[in-house]
Amino acid sequence: MANLAAVVGIGQTSYTTKRNDVSIAGLVREAAVNALNDADLTWDDIDAVILGKAPDMFEGIIMPEIYLTDALGCNGKPMLRVHTAGSVGGSTALVAASHVQSGTFKRVLTVSFEKQSESNAMWALSNPQPFSTHLNAGAGGYFAPIIREYIRRSGAPDDVGIKVAVKDRQHGARNPLAHLQLPEITMEEVSESFMLWDPIRYLESCPSSDGACAMVIANEELADRSSKPPAWIRGVAMRSEPTMYAGREEVNPQAGRDCAADVYKQAGISDPRKDLDVAEVYVPFSWYEPMWLENLGFAPEGEGWKLTMEGATSLLDGGDIPWNPSGGVLSSNPIGASGMIRFAEAARQVRNDAGEHQVPDAKLALGHAYGGGAQFFAMWVVGAEKA
Amino acid sequence: MKEIAIVGYQQSDCVSDAGALNEVELIIPVLGRIFEQVGITNAQDVDFVCSGSCDYLQGAAFAFVLGVDALGAVPPIKESHVEMDAAWALYESILKIRMGHADSALIYGFGKSSPGELPIVLSQQLDPYYLAPQWVDTISLAAMQARMMLDQGLITERDMAEVVARSRRNAINNPHAQLKGDVTADDILAEETYLSPLRRSDCCPVSDGASAVVICTVEKAKAWGKPYAVISGIDHIIESHNPGMRDLTDSVSTRKAAANAGMGDGKVDVAELYAPFSHQELILSRALGLSEDTTINPSGGVLAGNLMMASGLSRIGEVFNRIVAGDAERGVAHTTSGPCLQHNLVAVLDKGEVA
Amino acid sequence: MSEENEVITGIEVPIFLKYNFTAGASPTRFLARVKEGVLTGQRCPKCKQVYVPPRGACAGCGVPTEEEVELADKGTVQSFTIVSIPIPGNPIEPPFVVANLVPDGANISFIHLMSECDNADVHIGQRVQAVWKPEEEWDYAMDNIKYFKPIDEPDVPIEKIGKLPVTGLEG
Repeated sequence: MANLAAVVGIGQTSYTTKRNDVSIAGLVREAAVNALNDADLTWDDIDAVILGKAPDMFEGIIMPEIYLTDALGCNGKPMLRVHTAGSVGGSTALVAASHVQSGTFKRVLTVSFEKQSESNAMWALSNPQPFSTHLNAGAGGYFAPIIREYIRRSGAPDDVGIKVAVKDRQHGARNPLAHLQLPEITMEEVSESFMLWDPIRYLESCPSSDGACAMVIANEELADRSSKPPAWIRGVAMRSEPTMYAGREEVNPQAGRDCAADVYKQAGISDPRKDLDVAEVYVPFSWYEPMWLENLGFAPEGEGWKLTMEGATSLLDGGDIPWNPSGGVLSSNPIGASGMIRFAEAARQVRNDAGEHQVPDAKLALGHAYGGGAQFFAMWVVGAEKA
Repeated sequence: MKEIAIVGYQQSDCVSDAGALNEVELIIPVLGRIFEQVGITNAQDVDFVCSGSCDYLQGAAFAFVLGVDALGAVPPIKESHVEMDAAWALYESILKIRMGHADSALIYGFGKSSPGELPIVLSQQLDPYYLAPQWVDTISLAAMQARMMLDQGLITERDMAEVVARSRRNAINNPHAQLKGDVTADDILAEETYLSPLRRSDCCPVSDGASAVVICTVEKAKAWGKPYAVISGIDHIIESHNPGMRDLTDSVSTRKAAANAGMGDGKVDVAELYAPFSHQELILSRALGLSEDTTINPSGGVLAGNLMMASGLSRIGEVFNRIVAGDAERGVAHTTSGPCLQHNLVAVLDKGEVA
Repeated sequence: MSEENEVITGIEVPIFLKYNFTAGASPTRFLARVKEGVLTGQRCPKCKQVYVPPRGACAGCGVPTEEEVELADKGTVQSFTIVSIPIPGNPIEPPFVVANLVPDGANISFIHLMSECDNADVHIGQRVQAVWKPEEEWDYAMDNIKYFKPIDEPDVPIEKIGKLPVTGLEG
């Protein structure tokens, strides 16, 4: 049995296209200091640092944890660097949690970041390689055919993606840290926005952001004494499958289904829509909300879009299971941090500390991240109570 | 806390250029051998898989994603990756077992460094604002470190040459070593300097390849009926990145990590130290307080072959090999990362009960 | 800081690293045949599925693929997207169709361009054939195929996409 652990501090930067006012070290430190302040702790209270980010080519620095150790107060302590593609922010939180859940450490700091403005992420994602056709137009080009197949199978109406795009930006407008602030966004505006990778429109895609997110995770004894309510970690799970294999289910990947089943079992969840109060789920392209609603068991296969259209996932519509009240990846996307932001926002909800985007009385929340060709999954369930 | 054992270790030959082979093709044979050694079919038979690699060695993003192709990860598996030497993937796996979410784990590291100019590539892991733009390569930084040691009278060039000569001689018995031979310190000293005060032989070679380790709970090792070594302690510590902020002639973090790992609790029969430069082996063995009683780098160490991202894991594997072969009862494995021994991991291994 | 001094918010530090790129042993065999104008896949000894382009292993089983299988240059659209933005470093003019195509005889799709078609008519299950560059321009590259164009054959039912033999629909 894993030892109990809880999130006792959360810190984020604001998210924007270019954080020209800080260096990379300044960016991660800003999030880390915010987390320490939130936990009412100092650097000396931290036993180890766990850092995550997406490919090093995004900033052009090899193993940046080596140079960031000074900015993160880690000298003389253990430093671990996680990289699991787009799911990395989530995986990093899980690896950080394992430092405490294993009984090895009392209190650790975990940080994820991306400063995409310092390099060219689209180039880094699909840098041309000899021998192969160079047609990978970034992540959108990769996921568009999979979304098309979902639409064909489910028979979902065309405006489901548009509805998600509007809903998440309305949520984001309540979150002062969110990159896109579009409180007046309309369905028409999204539907008339440029079709980038058919069926994905410009406003149905995530932005490219600079930003960092940090959390302090502590053991039961220290969490019990924390100054603000802790978010107890009730379940942790990771799953991976290969990018391409014959017969792979790309629309509803088995790794995602297995990962969800694992984390629900640990948290005692039998009906996620009913048992969970809120979910922060990695939705970089709007159609991934209905797809993940099905993959994560919130709706039967082929019917996820109905929840979206009914407003079940909307905080503003008073939906029963708000998804991404923070605005989600569609409102802010510093890639390497995006997964950790989901995990941290889930924790903010159950700490009743999410400000204008708080889901009333949230007690149990899901944090979710995915990466690669929708093949790497990381999830946790956090609760206001220990069990 | 649960006792954790090593039950398998395999490494590919260290070669200066693996030719046409890609990552998957480097990994698959090593995994095939370790599955056979442990008596399992594939990664489905362990509870967790963790790997270490670095995209920049080959210049392509997501190197580790291709690694997953070698695992047989259908149905999906519990898997993670560190952009570090795979010794840290082993560390992550230990936490997973200690927290009760796994009883066994496969760890592998791989690197194909030959496509790029490794010392130049690694210069880009330095502070991007002040150091990296100067393109200070890793060999130059190590040369400065060696110069400090020589000027302070802490070592002599002959001491360094003795390290190289012992590595070459020890490597004769290591079928995977890249550089080996019956060489004396005088032979090394006769070489011209390369980056003063370093001679080429003071620097590790660049190698392509992979290595893998399987760990599990001691109960599981007994159930599998395989010879094993117990990981009785492990710790790692990073120091300041700024070379001017550290005493480069010492390795404080190595000493502290070894103490935390419980190295002082008994005699050390064997030590495998990740010293990419001859003078660094002297720094490390002094930081660890190793005496004449300890056999250092019986495999030849990384001066005989350096698989970036796997060499640290291999050091742990080599100590395991000595223990299960009956040459040693207790040993220490060390791994490093970053310029001039910035980040160091120390693991202490003990002989397990006879299976 | 004196007011005359400009605030420095960034410096340009271009990074150039040179690599000798290797394709991999399996892809090398594939590319050697593509240079002759032939598409080949490799069959997994365990699950018998045929991979194209081969990368060295059956990713599902985690075993090396050895047996080489000749494929047709006809195939089926598994899914597609119409891209309306340029790809950095690629001269192709948007909007263009990028499709996941399964060549007959293989069990997995690869990405390639579709052309000689009305973008609005492209659909899942559509039959296509490779349009090759002139033979004298063939190299060790998938770009030997300029694009795939629709052909006058009946659509493949969804459940059969990725399962056609090398002889195509008649098989």
